[in-house]
Amino acid sequence: MSDIQLWTFVFIGLSFGVYIYIAWRSRVKETAGFYVAGRGVPTVANGAAVAADWMSAASFISMAGLIAFLGSDGSIYLMGWTGGYVLLALLIAPYLRKWGKFTVPEFVGDRYSELVRTIAAVAAILISFTYVVGQMRGGGIVFSRFLNLEIAGGVMVAAAIIFIYAVLGGMKGITWTQVAQYSVLIVAYLIPAIAVAQQMTNLPIPQVTFGQILNELNAISVELGLNQYTEAFAARPQIDVFLVTMSLMIGTAGLPHVIIRFYTTKTVRGARYSAFWALFFIALLYTTAPAVGAFTKLNLLRDVQGVGVEDLPAWIENWAATGLVSVADGVDTVQSVSNDPGAGADLTVNNDILVLASPEIAGLPAPIVGLVAAGGMAAAMSTAAGLLLVISSSVSHDLYFRRVKKAATDRQRLLAGRIAMAFAVVIAVIGGINPPAFVAQVVAFAFGLAAASFFPIIVLGIFWKRCNATGAAAGMVAGLLFTISYMVYTLDVFGTSANPHIFDISPEAIGTIGAVVNFVVTIVVSKLTAPPPAHLSELVEELRYPAARRRPAGEEARQG
Amino acid sequence: MSEVTREHEQREGEGEPPPPEDNSWRQGYWRRNLRLMVILLVIWFVVSFGFGVLLVEPLNEIVIAGFPLGFWFAQQGSIYTFVVLILVYAVLMDRLDDRYGVSERDEEGKRL
Repeated sequence: MSDIQLWTFVFIGLSFGVYIYIAWRSRVKETAGFYVAGRGVPTVANGAAVAADWMSAASFISMAGLIAFLGSDGSIYLMGWTGGYVLLALLIAPYLRKWGKFTVPEFVGDRYSELVRTIAAVAAILISFTYVVGQMRGGGIVFSRFLNLEIAGGVMVAAAIIFIYAVLGGMKGITWTQVAQYSVLIVAYLIPAIAVAQQMTNLPIPQVTFGQILNELNAISVELGLNQYTEAFAARPQIDVFLVTMSLMIGTAGLPHVIIRFYTTKTVRGARYSAFWALFFIALLYTTAPAVGAFTKLNLLRDVQGVGVEDLPAWIENWAATGLVSVADGVDTVQSVSNDPGAGADLTVNNDILVLASPEIAGLPAPIVGLVAAGGMAAAMSTAAGLLLVISSSVSHDLYFRRVKKAATDRQRLLAGRIAMAFAVVIAVIGGINPPAFVAQVVAFAFGLAAASFFPIIVLGIFWKRCNATGAAAGMVAGLLFTISYMVYTLDVFGTSANPHIFDISPEAIGTIGAVVNFVVTIVVSKLTAPPPAHLSELVEELRYPAARRRPAGEEARQG
Repeated sequence: MSEVTREHEQREGEGEPPPPEDNSWRQGYWRRNLRLMVILLVIWFVVSFGFGVLLVEPLNEIVIAGFPLGFWFAQQGSIYTFVVLILVYAVLMDRLDDRYGVSERDEEGKRL
């Protein structure tokens, strides 16, 4: 066993021990009657928990690698996944907190109708399925590298661990476990980033210093057959950059498993500040990621440029075993590098390995490599377990109990949920071994679906009293069908062939158009049908005010 | 100045009956909330989609500390702006809630 493998086991073992210990302690407290329904949790901790829940394998493992190869256009992920929190904080979180229901299908069911609730449950399942595929792939990459397995084996090991974790799982609701996961994840991300920044620029603040290397990175990229790093729209057309960013933003604001995190706060005010702390903690990673991408890419290119195949650094051989790094046959010295296996470059590097390999590429000591692996697993596990629980609760509660068998016993409902979860794991393993795209892209499809289904009807449900159930049902179905059709049309999944993009719009970007379709259909159909009953309008009116008014009318006039 | 008058005229213009006396504060609160929201969303759009996508090429002509400016907005500046926007929203909404007496407080008047 190599030093790197040893340290990986140490850190993954230690961090898992911490999570299980915290979960166990919280249970003890619960039975001892100290349970206070999350009220003892400060807003800051709640924000850290949201950040852990939210930052998945895509953020941790995949994003910096994608940015490294997309260059300037990698900002779609940075702006898309953070900007959505502004929409969430201003348009959704405080109002849904005031409504006081616990899942998104429940809100939609109350605001509209049972039919819309069923559609919402199906959409939530679909989105979570797509999303969990990305997590399995991410976890699989960690294990395949450190257990020396083919990627398929790594995915199966990750799936087994995630499934056990999710079944153990009411733990999911325990905020402090997620605070611990956030701590592991952010420390594992920042330490190597700071070390690399110090090594390359003598200043340990990666956010500030990666500007210094951009010129050199531009030059060496061009020499090795890649685009200039800082040139905008070299990787994607402008319209596509715009639409993907928008799709990720409104998808973020519409993701069921993110929205429910804001119900755990005690007050409407708490929901607003939780959104701030969540984005603050997320921003620590998201402002570091582009620096990690730039530093690692420069290191990587310097390592291999013009180097003979015999003299390539050790990390290339280590990662070649996973099948995610390969040197083309018959190459003597490396003259070109690409992330696209079809490009015929001398060296092909998969985006998804870049963060995990970053400490090795920079020649940092083995414990740091192990720490990063533990961080990657924390990110993949916390999100995957949450998604599996969304799938199982939607199937057992919103579909099976509400639709199929109203008289179902608790045991039958639990069984239905477990079967759904096992089924989800099997699908996710198949998808994780043969992903239609890179981890962050697969996840981007989930966001497109959320953008096209949930965001419009939630926002209209809050801000437009006239919006009714028929409109919402029609809008969701239209938005989803439109978006899925385009994704299937442009990707070769399920045996279909990939067709060229229409108007340069990629499948990750189509969620924005799907959301527009949803908005338009919902508004038009609502206008053409009867308005919702008066008591619903009054409920929607009540959403706007955090608490009952305490002072007599007219006082604000004197103050204002 | 006279927002009260404007509000009044608007209501008359739409030909709707005035709301009951004790709920008249609601329109003022909601209008201020929406105005704050729109201002913050305009900043959100200008910094991210404006500076980071639509104007990225002209802004890249300016280079500060090695960063082409458009590139910096897309990969750093927009994220800092988002964090500040949410904080500003939360703080100003606290003030608005207090001003209209709708903040969440316990029996002793302390914030929950």
